Amino acid sequence: MKRLVLAVFVLVALFVTTGFAQTLTVGFTVSNTGSMNVDSVEQLHGFELWRDQVNAAGGIKAGGKNYKIQFVSYDDESNSKRVQQLYSRLILQDKADFLFSPYSSPLTATAAIVTEQYEKVMLTTGAAEGKTYTLGNHYLFQMFTPGAEYLKGVLDMLKTKDPKAAVAFVYEDSSFSVSVVNPAKAYAQQLGFNVAFSEAYAPNTTDFSAIIDKVIASKSTVLLGGGHYADGSTLARQVYSHKVPLKMVTLLVAPDSPKWGELGDAAVGVIVPSQWEPQTAFKAQYGPSGADFAKAYAGKYNTPPSYESAGGYACGLVLQRAIEQAGGPDTAKVAAALNATDITTFYGRTKFSTAANEHGLQVGHAMVLAQWQKDKSGALVKQVVWPLAAKSANLVYPIH
Amino acid sequence: MSGILASMIDGLLIGSVYGLAAMGLSLIWGVMDVINLTHGAVIALGMFGMYILFAAFPVNAYLLLLPVIAAGLLLGLLIYWIAVHWVIGRSQLSSLLSTFAVNMMIIGIGTAIWSTSPYNVNFTLRGITVGAYTFDGNHLAAAGAAVIIGLALELFLYRTRPGKAIRAVADNREAAELMGISSTMVLALAFAIGIALAASSGALVSTLFPFTILSGAGYQMKSFVVTVLAGLGKPLGALVAGVLLGLLEGAVTPFIAVSWIPLIEFGLFVVVLVAFPKGIFARATA
Repeated sequence: MKRLVLAVFVLVALFVTTGFAQTLTVGFTVSNTGSMNVDSVEQLHGFELWRDQVNAAGGIKAGGKNYKIQFVSYDDESNSKRVQQLYSRLILQDKADFLFSPYSSPLTATAAIVTEQYEKVMLTTGAAEGKTYTLGNHYLFQMFTPGAEYLKGVLDMLKTKDPKAAVAFVYEDSSFSVSVVNPAKAYAQQLGFNVAFSEAYAPNTTDFSAIIDKVIASKSTVLLGGGHYADGSTLARQVYSHKVPLKMVTLLVAPDSPKWGELGDAAVGVIVPSQWEPQTAFKAQYGPSGADFAKAYAGKYNTPPSYESAGGYACGLVLQRAIEQAGGPDTAKVAAALNATDITTFYGRTKFSTAANEHGLQVGHAMVLAQWQKDKSGALVKQVVWPLAAKSANLVYPIH
Repeated sequence: MSGILASMIDGLLIGSVYGLAAMGLSLIWGVMDVINLTHGAVIALGMFGMYILFAAFPVNAYLLLLPVIAAGLLLGLLIYWIAVHWVIGRSQLSSLLSTFAVNMMIIGIGTAIWSTSPYNVNFTLRGITVGAYTFDGNHLAAAGAAVIIGLALELFLYRTRPGKAIRAVADNREAAELMGISSTMVLALAFAIGIALAASSGALVSTLFPFTILSGAGYQMKSFVVTVLAGLGKPLGALVAGVLLGLLEGAVTPFIAVSWIPLIEFGLFVVVLVAFPKGIFARATA
């Protein structure tokens, strides 16, 4: 009898370990509240779509086993202190196998301190600041093109259209925007532009009247800057209502959101440096095509994907491939697989730097510029206008 | 038009809204000796009140101020009877904690309903263009509405029996009661008016800027500065001090980065507290 029980036990154990999928826990925080709310939730939707598709297909197949994905996430309230506590909790209490970053550079920089301390792999998305990757981290991998590259394309494009433009930089006083604008200012001067005005504003600014008056007084013809959704949308509305005579407005992050169209005429002509747009048809070596991703996303959430959503999905996709390459979820092997990653997905090329002074920095991905334009029916749509090889419409310049 | 003049006009316009926001705080503080920490949350509720009304009745947003004020009065009575009446006459810490608790409840419920995503009231009035500068029509209308509401309050306080009763209770509650004034009813009325003023200022702000349920906090801080500047219990003084604060912002911003403004404002707050503890207007009329 005892032998029979033992045999049944062994058989059940074998069945459980081989026949059923195991579960991998991926932990992250989401800004369900606070200033990062809009962008962060779009990123979450990308994560969720990836998880649902992976699980529907039976999980990640690696080393002869199937791994289903479960998420553990908390509301970080767009607050760095919460991020520090919650990433410790995700690792120590929830036993997360892998981590995704929160949304935004400051929150990600905080999370990275914790994940590196516990030697956990974290893929970062929605976090473009490059400084975090110069601190000697080993388990941190960036999906977004670094901030220093964000506005270079705009300035290159402007050089071809209006080399005598007077440029105003008006930007959020946050680590991300500063990491974008400082190199852009230097690049603008290198290209010979007159930087007529430059000023940072507090992240919770709602009244831009004073800054707009200064932009007008500086006789700037082009405005570059912004930060995130809340401040960027407000700035655009007030630039429009004050009828500031600008030929071009380029803002970071905010105009990529599908919500941007709700601004109506204030949205028209605004350009956003984008990590990804549905029109950018990369030939995917791995995962779905851009069209399939966009269709599945729109089907699930009734809205087109933003680049935050695409970054979230691609983040999962790159982790999935690394687990497959590593033959399982072993942290060291997955980190090695990520180091060796050089892949093109619907999101574009992904390659992480393995140099000691910038380990994990994204060095493969390139950005595009999208401009909000009215189509023939008068509806607001985002068109890719740069680089010229990828454009879906001509740049509208000047916008007024 | 010079940039400085344009900046000062912009400052003056927004300053009148600061002033209206501070009038409610000043009235409650002056009459009841209660520091109302629901002030910011009520300003935010005023924003959402306007948002909801405008979504339901897309008419001129400034006409919707009247129902917002009416709802503010009712809300004020409710908060008074739930959280304030029981702590009148006790230490200020009691009323601080009590109103802070209500503030947290409002923020919590508001976050559950609306999250902290930004909302807009999509209503635009044509602005006035002078040279290269355009003054937003909504700013002009909001400033006008703030001044009208402020003057209406002043008329109410000085020309009506309930208004005179509020002033009497503020001056000497015992003497007022001896004259047959029900101080409880008067305090409830004063609190309700203070809340209605806060809600109306929130409604005006909602026509100018995007907002979240957390947006009232910044206006609450400015209201403290303005109230201290004007002196307690001087609602019209608060309106004037708000305009002065806006003018100051407008006058200095052409020369410094806007991120320095809070430092200047709160520096002024400390200076006024030390040099003019009863407010700049009290000193001028002493």
